[in-house]
Amino acid sequence: MIKNDIYELYQTMERENILLSFKGVVTSELLTSVLSIMESKMDYMEESPKTKKKVFNVLVECLQNLYHHIDVEESERNIERIEVKSALFMISKKDDNFVIQTGNYIDVESAEDLESKLIQINGMDKDELKKFYQDVLNNGKMSEKGTAGLGMIDIARKSGNKLEYLFLPVNESSRFFCLTIKID
Amino acid sequence: MENLQLEGSAKTPSIHFDAAAGKLELKGRSIPENSVEFYKPLNEWIDAYGKSPQAETAVDVKLEYFNTSSSKCILDLFKKLESISGSKTSVTVNWFFEEDDEDMEEAGQDYQAIIGLPFNIIEVEEI
Repeated sequence: MIKNDIYELYQTMERENILLSFKGVVTSELLTSVLSIMESKMDYMEESPKTKKKVFNVLVECLQNLYHHIDVEESERNIERIEVKSALFMISKKDDNFVIQTGNYIDVESAEDLESKLIQINGMDKDELKKFYQDVLNNGKMSEKGTAGLGMIDIARKSGNKLEYLFLPVNESSRFFCLTIKID
Repeated sequence: MENLQLEGSAKTPSIHFDAAAGKLELKGRSIPENSVEFYKPLNEWIDAYGKSPQAETAVDVKLEYFNTSSSKCILDLFKKLESISGSKTSVTVNWFFEEDDEDMEEAGQDYQAIIGLPFNIIEVEEI
């Protein structure tokens, strides 16, 4: 990057009030580091214990979604296995609200399943979400990876807002999934 | 039988399961990516304990955070406790939450609605 670009990027991140961003492989160690950094930041920003917990909870679920569900991008070059779990994650603060944004590749079939799920979740009010969560919790089965099918429901409940998302077409078999979560 | 003692870590809670006292405590954070591995020995211990338990068993849950992966495992743990409770032991669950932590209070209510054990939801100043 030429020096101008660096300054522009800096200014963009300043303007958007981006607190932390990362693009790369989502490993268990990375999750631990990001969570630790955000905890310290929120302590420093003197956020209320309630806000800290909410943001932390949503962060854990978002990042662990990236960790568990990421797809490999099909490309002409040989991608090393290590790039398999690569994603983009950003957390910013706008007008007193924390906003978490993520981006990752996803295969078309999974994208369709995910979109149905998001539409369903966004169509529910607080009480319906609570019942839905309890239902999946009680009746759902645990996957081999240790996922319970509850992440998105939990994110919607804790953030108090609709999940904003976009599936961008990449090629016949892949989409790029963008998710924005505003925490009340 | 032997007690189960695990130290807490950045992502897993501390565990103190005392067979002689009939007291099981989970404390701290439960946010491992795959919680099944973590909770497996806990369930196995409860199975073994259930063969000759104390007349009363108290389970204290003092969690600061838990992820959705853990929430399923915690439910399974409660279900296992349900299965050992009966003529040999009566099990009570005490779910603690920090004041103003509505999310943790609600989580307790979620479990209370599903589980058929005496379930107390207790507000404390600090966990």
